[in-house]
Amino acid sequence: MDAAKMIELTPLDLGIAAFLLVALAACSVILQLNLAQRLVIAAVRTTVQLLLIGFVLRWLFAVQHPGWVLGLGLVMVLLAGREVHARQRRRVQGIAGWFVGTGAMLVSSFVISIYALTMVIEAEPWYAARYAIPLLGILLGNTMNGISLGTDRLTSLCWQQRAAIEQRLLLGQGRDEALRDIRQESMRAGLIPIINAMAAAGIVSLPGTMTGQLLAGAAPLDAVRYQILIMFLIAAGTGFGTLLAVWQTGNLLFDERQRLRLDRLQGEG
Amino acid sequence: MTPAPLLRVQGLCFLDWGPIDLDLDAAEVVAVSGSSGSGKSLLLRAIADLDPHRGTLELEGKGSEAFLPPAWRRRVGLVPAASEWWHDTVGSHFVDADAQWLEALGFSLEAMRWPVSRLSNGERQRLSLLRTLSVQPRVLLLDEPTASLDPDSVERVEQLVDAYRREHGAGVVWVSHDAAQRQRVASRSYVMSDRGLVAEVN
Repeated sequence: MDAAKMIELTPLDLGIAAFLLVALAACSVILQLNLAQRLVIAAVRTTVQLLLIGFVLRWLFAVQHPGWVLGLGLVMVLLAGREVHARQRRRVQGIAGWFVGTGAMLVSSFVISIYALTMVIEAEPWYAARYAIPLLGILLGNTMNGISLGTDRLTSLCWQQRAAIEQRLLLGQGRDEALRDIRQESMRAGLIPIINAMAAAGIVSLPGTMTGQLLAGAAPLDAVRYQILIMFLIAAGTGFGTLLAVWQTGNLLFDERQRLRLDRLQGEG
Repeated sequence: MTPAPLLRVQGLCFLDWGPIDLDLDAAEVVAVSGSSGSGKSLLLRAIADLDPHRGTLELEGKGSEAFLPPAWRRRVGLVPAASEWWHDTVGSHFVDADAQWLEALGFSLEAMRWPVSRLSNGERQRLSLLRTLSVQPRVLLLDEPTASLDPDSVERVEQLVDAYRREHGAGVVWVSHDAAQRQRVASRSYVMSDRGLVAEVN
C-alpha cells in the first residue's frame, strides 16, 4: 500500500519552522507594521496551549475513563460557549442569552459525536478518548462559528429592521411569520462557511483532517473517507446547532404577547 | 344595562404615562392631538398591544388577553406615521386588494405590481392605510394618516375612512395636528398632555 510510517518531528524541526515567524516579526518591526508583538504572543500561545492539551490527551488516553472524557468535553463546551457570547455585537441580556448559544452547542455537538462514535466509527469502547475528543473538538469549533455567526446576524437584523418587524406584527402576523425572512438569512449566515468548505474541498484546498492523516502516513483514500465523514458531521452539527440557537434567540426577543422586545438586547461595546 | 363600548381603555399605563381612560363606540371617531413627544404614538402602540402596558383593553367587552396577540392586532389595526415595506412589490404586502378602495385613494389595481422603491412618501402613506384596511379591523388607530399628503388626497383619505367606518361600524382613533381636520372627522377630541389624556375644550 501507499501508506507510510509517520515521520516524527523533533524540537529542532519546530525551531526551524519558528525561524520563519521570527523573520516575519523582524520584517514587521523594520516596516513598522505593529504586528510583531501580537504575532509572537499568538505563536507562544499556540505552542503552550497545544503542548498542554497534548499532555492532557496523553493522560486521558492512558486512563481511558468515560467520566474524564465527558468532563473534558463539558469544559470544551463551556469555553466555546464563552467564545460565542463574546463574539456577539448585541447580545441577549442575562443568563438566557449565554444559555441559548451554549445549550445549542452542547446538544448538537454531543448528539452528533455520540451518533458518529456509536454508529459510524464504532471504536472499542465507543467513548475512547482518541476518537471522542478530536471529534468533539472539531465539531465544537465549527458549531461555535455557525452559532455565533447566525445569532449575531439575527440580533443585528432585528435591530436594524425593528420597524418592519413591528409593521408585520401590526398587520396581524405572528412572531414566527414576522421573523421568517430574518431567521432564513441568519441560518444562511451560519451555514455558508461549511457549505462553501464542502463545495471547495479537494479543489481549492485540502481540508485539515485529510492533510493531517496524509502527513501521519495514511493512505489517500482512507484519509479521504475520514474527511468526508468529518465534513458531513460538521455540516450536520453546525446546521442543527445554528437552527436551535437562531430559533431560540428569535423567541427570546419577543415576550408572551408577541411584542418585539429589543430592550432585552445589550448594546455594542 | 348599557352595552359594552366597541373599545374600552381603562387605567392604561405605559412607561411613565397614564392612567388613561378612553371609550370608543362603534362607528365613532375620536381625535387625539398633542405636541410632539407627548406620547400620542405610544398611546396607539399600547392600545395595539405592541408595547408592554398595565390596565385594561377591551374589544366589545372582551379583554385583550383573551385574544391571541395577532388576532387582537388584526381587530385593532394601527397605521403608524411612517410605513414600512419589506417585500419588493406593493402587492405582496396585501392580503387582498380592493379595487374600489384603491380607486378611492387614486390608485388602480396596477399599483399592486409597483416596486416599493418607486413609491413617494404620499403614496406610501395612502397604500399603508389601504393595507391595514384590507385586514378589516374593527378599530382603526391612525397616526397622522394625512401628514405628507396634498389637500386633494387628504380629502380622499377622510372620505375613505368615513365610508369604511359606516360600512363596518368601525371605531377610529385619529391622531392629527390639524385642528380643522379634527373638527371635520371627529365627534370628540382629546389632548395628550402631562402624561395623560384630557378632553379638548373648544
